Amino acid sequence: MLKWITLAPLIGALINGLFGKRLGEKVVGAIACLSVAVSAVLAFASFNQLTHASAGADGVRRVTDYFFTWISVGAFRADFAYLLDPLSGIYILFITGVGLLIHIYATGYMHGDPGYYRFFTYLNLFMFMMLTLVLADNLLLLFVGWEGVGLCSYLLIGYYIRKKEAGDAAKKAFIVNRIGDFGYMIAMFLVFTTFGTISFVDKPGAGGEIVRSFLVTAAAMPVEGLWVFGTMTAIALLLFVGATGKSAQIPLFVWLPDAMAGPTPVSALIHAATMVTAGVYLTARCSWVVTKSPTAMLVIAVIGAATAIFAATIGLAQNDIKKVLAYSTVSQLGYMFLACGVGAFTAGIFHVMTHAFFKALLFLGSGSVIHGMHEEQDIRKMGGLRKYMPITFATMFVGWLAISGFPLLSGFFSKDEILWRTFSTEALPPGVGNALWGLAALTALLTAIYMTRMMWLTFFGQERFGQARPGHSNDAHAEHTDADHAHAALGKPHESPAVMWIPLAILAVLSLIGGLVGVPAAMGGSNHFEHFLQPVIAEAQPFGHTTPVAHSVTRGEVGTPTIDGREAAASESHVAKSEEHHDTSTELGLTVLSVILGLLGIGIGIAVFSKKPLRKMPKTLEEKYYVDEIYEDAVIQPIEHLSRDGLWKVVDVKIIDGFVNGVARMFGDISGVLRYTQSGFARSYAAVILLGAIIVIGYFSYIALR
Amino acid sequence: MVPLSWYLALSAVLFTIGVVGVIIQRNIISLFMCIELMLNAVNLTLVAFSRFLGDVTGQLFVFIVMTVAAAEAAVGLAIIISLFRSRETINVDEADLLRL
Amino acid sequence: MDVNTLLNTIEISHILFLGFAALCVVAAFNVILQHNPIYSALALIIVLCTLAALFVTLYAPFIAAIQVLVYAGAIMVLFIFVIMLLNVREEESKTDQQKYLKYLAVPFFLAMLGEVFAVIKTVGAPPASANPPGTVESIANGMFTNYVLPFEAASVLILMAIVGSMLLARRESAADTNLIEDALNAANRSTPMPAIETVREIEEEVAA
Repeated sequence: MLKWITLAPLIGALINGLFGKRLGEKVVGAIACLSVAVSAVLAFASFNQLTHASAGADGVRRVTDYFFTWISVGAFRADFAYLLDPLSGIYILFITGVGLLIHIYATGYMHGDPGYYRFFTYLNLFMFMMLTLVLADNLLLLFVGWEGVGLCSYLLIGYYIRKKEAGDAAKKAFIVNRIGDFGYMIAMFLVFTTFGTISFVDKPGAGGEIVRSFLVTAAAMPVEGLWVFGTMTAIALLLFVGATGKSAQIPLFVWLPDAMAGPTPVSALIHAATMVTAGVYLTARCSWVVTKSPTAMLVIAVIGAATAIFAATIGLAQNDIKKVLAYSTVSQLGYMFLACGVGAFTAGIFHVMTHAFFKALLFLGSGSVIHGMHEEQDIRKMGGLRKYMPITFATMFVGWLAISGFPLLSGFFSKDEILWRTFSTEALPPGVGNALWGLAALTALLTAIYMTRMMWLTFFGQERFGQARPGHSNDAHAEHTDADHAHAALGKPHESPAVMWIPLAILAVLSLIGGLVGVPAAMGGSNHFEHFLQPVIAEAQPFGHTTPVAHSVTRGEVGTPTIDGREAAASESHVAKSEEHHDTSTELGLTVLSVILGLLGIGIGIAVFSKKPLRKMPKTLEEKYYVDEIYEDAVIQPIEHLSRDGLWKVVDVKIIDGFVNGVARMFGDISGVLRYTQSGFARSYAAVILLGAIIVIGYFSYIALR
Repeated sequence: MVPLSWYLALSAVLFTIGVVGVIIQRNIISLFMCIELMLNAVNLTLVAFSRFLGDVTGQLFVFIVMTVAAAEAAVGLAIIISLFRSRETINVDEADLLRL
Repeated sequence: MDVNTLLNTIEISHILFLGFAALCVVAAFNVILQHNPIYSALALIIVLCTLAALFVTLYAPFIAAIQVLVYAGAIMVLFIFVIMLLNVREEESKTDQQKYLKYLAVPFFLAMLGEVFAVIKTVGAPPASANPPGTVESIANGMFTNYVLPFEAASVLILMAIVGSMLLARRESAADTNLIEDALNAANRSTPMPAIETVREIEEEVAA
């Protein structure tokens, strides 16, 4: 069944890609949505199957679907097989769910676009790749999905093929991602050479014996010391390099804001809800390796926190509604990595899910605004839109509160969980957790402020859109129907059609209640989410414990699959749980504090921007800390210089061309000499033949008469 | 009775004379005649062996060789005429289009 | 050993062979050493006739007959006809571009001859067959039974040669001649190959 979850969108993509041009908008949209709907239904069914599955020997429920063995070379084996466990289960639920809503929304948003079928082909292909990514049962298949979503991201960012900036953004995204992919590949090679397998699950080996998953093997390994760069640290850090590329972390985040050149549904689906969280997925999937390296944990946490606050400050000063959301996404992704870095992988995944809800909501809302404003993206030219677009406003209002951490909304629970786990972490050196918590809390405040600014400038205050130049278009949303043009001439914003606001409404509901699956124990909840994920996620070792608990010996003796690192880690986590009870009051205190921070941020935002919405923001922030310029000078220019003056003019022209031309000239010269043997005189040829005959006859008669 | 080796020796001498003639003659017609000389040397060998082995096949071979020689002479002389028409020469060294 | 015994050991066939062989070799040298092709042709006719005589000593009367008829008759007439047709003057005035071949000829001749004699020396002296096969009947038997396919192939070859020589020797129409002349002129202009020229130009540009 699992394979049909992924194959349904692929079939949709094939039909639309091959015949879409002739099918017409309605049919293309129907096929695209239907294929994702099938996938979503199957995903829910599979998830149901998963919850009823009996736990495996190591306490993990799994549903697997073997397709075929893709590569089998010596000990190396990579299957095309799918694995559904709690981690991938959660991912496929929100990927197909949010993906379906965005597909439906896009049928309205892309209405009238000449590349309609192309768009949905790419979008369906993306669904296939993303689902392959999360359902893959080994690192290589995961990498297929990983590259596939990168490809689809490239195609969709550059969807408006006539716009140069879209093409440039697409290339930027692709190239920056390549840097990360390089790390991923090295990590994969390293995993294979270290563990002899790249599979997430146990596989039968060549000789019929069971090859343990590298995660299980890793779980039993000793923890490496801080700043000890052993194999585990190397693998974890290299995987994280891959994750920074895909999930837009410092220093590879630069592509994500530019990626907003693509259509808004793409920004919502790929660059907010799903693809960019693949890095978090990878980190959580390999948590058994990552937790063995305090160094990697520390790096991940620090990078995550730094990205979070860095992007939040930039988001404060952006005027393009999608850019604000893009930096917000980068910032929220930073949160997720912070969570991973402090060992709270479940909290990270939880935030991935809630973020998928509210950020997809916000992006789609912004798309609705852009649509209603006739392709205007500059929030300085909006204002007072709540009158014209009440539904969009209402739904975005929910998203705004959710991301700002308003109590009981989805973002509140997940963000609060991350903040608390950061504060109380034992996986990092003492004090680090508290410092990171400080950064994260500040980020929460900033998040509330910039989101308030964006909301205020868009929906409240004075109407400023009269000044918008007609025909000015940032999102070259191609040609519109005549009716749309008539609207544009009026210049009045309008509410989007039902096909667009219904997904908004559904996402708004999800953003409202989505957090309730993970209410932490301190607030009287039972945190289903965490318990559900627990078996597949490694528990971080408290900092300073360098040896895993005694089970490694036990495992060596018994050698049964029941005893392995996971169980031991789980048992230890119970010990940790009991200790946590002491901290309940602290946790609640921090929760109150973060609520206050969120509300304070909203308050500051309203106070500052209601009076003077077009307040000049610091130039440094508006220019995004000049990161692009720094990269240009520090990386791109030297590389260009090196390529031009070194590789081209010296290596290529002098050495390679010189070699090739030298070989050619050598043959030319030799031939020039040999040419004289080819005189063209028949008689000299005859003489040569005669000479040859003399030699051959002489040789044979010598042999015979000797 | 003349021994076989005498015939073979004569044949060898004739053949070698023909070969050397190909090298030293510049007149394309004489060149052809040298080739005929070589063919005849071979014919002599074949007939001699036919005689000494008591097998008629050698003489049949000679018959075929003569046919080929006739065909070769016909075509070759036609080529010579054609060549002479276009180049006004029958010197092989002048027929050097193969040179670059 | 007196003259008588010597005369007794010498068979008449030996004398015949030596006589014809000597004539043959001398004529053959004449073929290759004459400057005038007409003399060469006449010498070649002598070679062919002496060979016909030697064929007779080998009990091959049929081959000897067609040697005279076909070779010395038809083919050599063809040669002489062409020589007369072209009426080429002696061309000693033109400098020989390949003089070295003349100096190579003698060593090549001796080397080749030495090698072949060294081989022939090892050939034994098989007794002549009791019933020599050279009658017309035996040849016809072989030709139309076992060797009928080569015979037919040879006849097709002759046909092809007839057609080919007619095609080659016929006078082309004026247009054809012009075409050929153009092609020959183009070939004679001895311009370097254009591709090489282009490469050279590019190289010069790069160097500049």
